[in-house]
Amino acid sequence: MPEEKEMRVIGVPRRRVDARAKVTGQTRFADDIFLPRMVYCKLLRSPHPHARILKIDTSRAAAHPGVYLVLSGKDLPIEYGILPVSQDEQALCVDHVRHVGDPVAAVIAREELTAFEALDLIDVEYELLTTIADPEEALETPAPRIHEYGEEGNIHKRVSLEFGDVEQGFAEADEVFEDTFFYQGNTHLPIEQHASVAIKDPEGKLTIWSSTQTPHYLHRALAKVLQMPPGHIRVIATPNGGGFGGKSDPFNHEIVVAKAALVLDRPVKVCLTREEVFYCHRGRHPVLMRFKTGVKRDGTITGMHLQTLIDGGAYGSYGVASTFYTGALQTTTYHIPRYKFQGCRTFTNKPPCGPKRGHGTVQPRFGQEVQLDKIAEKLSIDPADLRLRIAESSNAVTANFFRLSVVNLSECIRRVVKSSDWKEKFRKLPEGRGVGLACSAYLTGAGLPIYWNKMPHSGVHIKFDRGGGVAIFCGATEIGQGSDDVLAGIVAEVLGLETFDIRLYTGDTDLGPVDLGSYSSRVTIMAGNAALQAAERGRATIAEAVAEKLDVPKERLRFADKRVFDLEAPEKGVTFAEAVCLAEARFGTIGAMGSYTPPKSPALYKGGGVGPSPTYSYTAAVVEVAVNPATGWITVPKIWIAHDIGRALNPTLVRGQVEGSVYMGLGEALMEEQEFRRLPKKLSHALVHKFPSMLEYKSPTSLDMPLVFTELIEEPDPRGPFGAKEVGQGPLLPIMPAVANAVYDALGVRIDEVPITPEKIMKALAEKKAGREARFGPGDFPRVEWPEALRVPPPWEGGDGHAVNDAPRAAKHRPEKEKVLSS
Amino acid sequence: MITISLPTESQKTAHIRLILNGEETDVSFAPYKTLLEVLREDLGHTGTKHGCELGECGACAVLVEGKAVLSCLLLAVECDGKRVLTVEGLGADGKLHPLQDAFADLGAAQCGYCTPAILVTAKALLDQNPHPSREQIREALSGNLCRCTGYLQIFEAVEAAMVKIAAQSNSAV
Repeated sequence: MPEEKEMRVIGVPRRRVDARAKVTGQTRFADDIFLPRMVYCKLLRSPHPHARILKIDTSRAAAHPGVYLVLSGKDLPIEYGILPVSQDEQALCVDHVRHVGDPVAAVIAREELTAFEALDLIDVEYELLTTIADPEEALETPAPRIHEYGEEGNIHKRVSLEFGDVEQGFAEADEVFEDTFFYQGNTHLPIEQHASVAIKDPEGKLTIWSSTQTPHYLHRALAKVLQMPPGHIRVIATPNGGGFGGKSDPFNHEIVVAKAALVLDRPVKVCLTREEVFYCHRGRHPVLMRFKTGVKRDGTITGMHLQTLIDGGAYGSYGVASTFYTGALQTTTYHIPRYKFQGCRTFTNKPPCGPKRGHGTVQPRFGQEVQLDKIAEKLSIDPADLRLRIAESSNAVTANFFRLSVVNLSECIRRVVKSSDWKEKFRKLPEGRGVGLACSAYLTGAGLPIYWNKMPHSGVHIKFDRGGGVAIFCGATEIGQGSDDVLAGIVAEVLGLETFDIRLYTGDTDLGPVDLGSYSSRVTIMAGNAALQAAERGRATIAEAVAEKLDVPKERLRFADKRVFDLEAPEKGVTFAEAVCLAEARFGTIGAMGSYTPPKSPALYKGGGVGPSPTYSYTAAVVEVAVNPATGWITVPKIWIAHDIGRALNPTLVRGQVEGSVYMGLGEALMEEQEFRRLPKKLSHALVHKFPSMLEYKSPTSLDMPLVFTELIEEPDPRGPFGAKEVGQGPLLPIMPAVANAVYDALGVRIDEVPITPEKIMKALAEKKAGREARFGPGDFPRVEWPEALRVPPPWEGGDGHAVNDAPRAAKHRPEKEKVLSS
Repeated sequence: MITISLPTESQKTAHIRLILNGEETDVSFAPYKTLLEVLREDLGHTGTKHGCELGECGACAVLVEGKAVLSCLLLAVECDGKRVLTVEGLGADGKLHPLQDAFADLGAAQCGYCTPAILVTAKALLDQNPHPSREQIREALSGNLCRCTGYLQIFEAVEAAMVKIAAQSNSAV
């Protein structure tokens, strides 16, 4: 890698490679694709939250003028799903609908309006089943089952892990705190509605353009459901008009248009309405949490027991991973010597929940950071000082065997304390104004792939042209976060070029090597490291030829300003284009490959596959609020945030990711809710989405956005390309608890629930006035039949990463063949 | 069951002439279509986006007679003879508009989906008020949802473009 002081691209704020396309409206999103002879698809969706399909008659729709094809469940019966352990979706439901919006049939017609019209001509006979509205109902209602798999009844997944004797930890504590919290579900709300276009290509194979974050997994699902060789399917992820996790699952509409294109031999397009996007969902799981934490008088944590009850919605989606994630990262911020986690995900008759920015870790982070605020107050320690005392440090291995790399959490805290003038504000502002602080950690890429195997998580191929052009081929998917710019920036820096010199071919399963997709904050470290390796290999080849030509030792060559030259005599050199020609003459056609596989994790217990990461980012935030005690109305004038990023590859984009995370976190903190209600009894009494529209699903506008003061901590992490860690998700996490803590500072009331609305504040104020606990939040945690915990002694108790009561697994080596996640 | 037969898209019985990005443009289309649909489907101008088609998100904003309007709520038949500006018409003489340059340089476009509408809305603001305050910019863009940026880099880009446009018009005088 070039020396830091010589870097021309990395670390320099600059226009992203795809900026011109975006500001001229030329970025081609999936719905911008119009092809000759293209026809349109609409889906008929269930009006019932839970029902058997007794009969579907599509004959009238099929006979409607302009209709070319009607598909129903029997045409696509093979089950699929993002996780190997949750293959529980059908592109069109065969005999069982599980939420309002579940698709049962598809009409493909010459015009979209005709297809829409013909949906009314499909006759479906349903037998209504008992609706399960929330996890409490799911626990109490084992039948009817929403799915015929899972733990039992309507429990999808139950996990229980114990790292050290947590009861011993509580016995050693001076104080033990028990708190329950509720985190409401919310949704991604990308401005682009999901869209796909499929064709049978001229050779008779399938090509699909789709707004997907994970073309590789869509590729797998299509091959499975359509029973086609993967080599005959090409998936092209179009740039996503916002993803945030909402386009990470393979979707029914994608499979339906692929099937229709193959049947009709015509291009078929589908574009969801906004209402349908709410039914696709895969957003934040509603989670009820109970934290029991023991501390010494100085704030040292002696043990923590976390229980989570998770509302999964109607399908598995990423839910098994989400369940583990609700307990995974508690140990990565503060030292917790003994830790017990129990999580339970239930099925309910609502659109499936899945991964949204911060996947599964956001909800328990809220609880943990609010509880720490309560602990600090009880112990009379400033909450910033308390966190500094217990913050994890670099290279630690946590109780649950996650190996940390560079950790700059303490520095993040010190920075926001200083920039926000914390010491002058905390508990010192007038009534109605307050500040709150919270911290977080997040993965820089999931350490294990969804399908366990030994292959790389990302690959990059670089092609060198005789004219000096460089093309990057990689499966990485541009969802707005800047993945193309990450690749171009790294390669340009290594080869001494500008990003404008580089062409990108990304998100295409035919053209580029596999990259697993834009999820888990993995692109910068994984595709970035693959690009770095490919670029360095290409440079080495070119350097060898140039060294020979110039008669200079190759170690003395420098690649900069589109030249390759002798460091000691810079005038002695060749242009980059000449250098490529020299190399091609010497070695033949020049190309370079790079790939990246994360380091092995020491977490060898069952369930230890969720949470390990090559390295973790850290964030601290201070939020200032003004709350009107008469109305409960909250405004947020300022937020200070410090993010431990390792290295900002393009500071302009990094700032955008931080501010975008703050924005989205503020929406979750104050207003966003994926809420449901029952229709009146005299109607169907069905459980329906309360407001599947952008007007009623409140999200922050330009008028709601506070000033944000962002600081980046740049200590390069040896695991990241040029030292870079993630930034797309981590900075969201501290915002919600910091708001809750600030509301307490302002009015002395605890809102142990997200979103924090004026109504809840008024209720808490009324409690306070009545002399009761000044709090709004959930009461008891319901009874769950937990399985026996897997007992994993932490590293400091001599543990080796295995569970002591899971002998068969400990005896086995890590499986060589593809193994399913957390099966 | 009675089926209501709506006019189909291929029944292009409506016809208008509009000034689209400075060019006199004739177009025939099904009479029920919105300006958004006619721009994207009948005129191949896909730069204008949609996020709800109900007037909620602002992604479809275009300028009609210099005013920002939601093209998903406007029937195309109402636009006969009108001047319509979309993102495709922002640049001139092969150069980007200062707003486009500033948005590109300052990170104001992330996924870029809401960007075309925000650009034309910002242009309408600057045309009408060449020196808006931060508050006026926030107000002007409050009907355009952006899910990526957190808006701050958008405000800064509008301010940077404002300075550049003012400098250009000063040097022109």
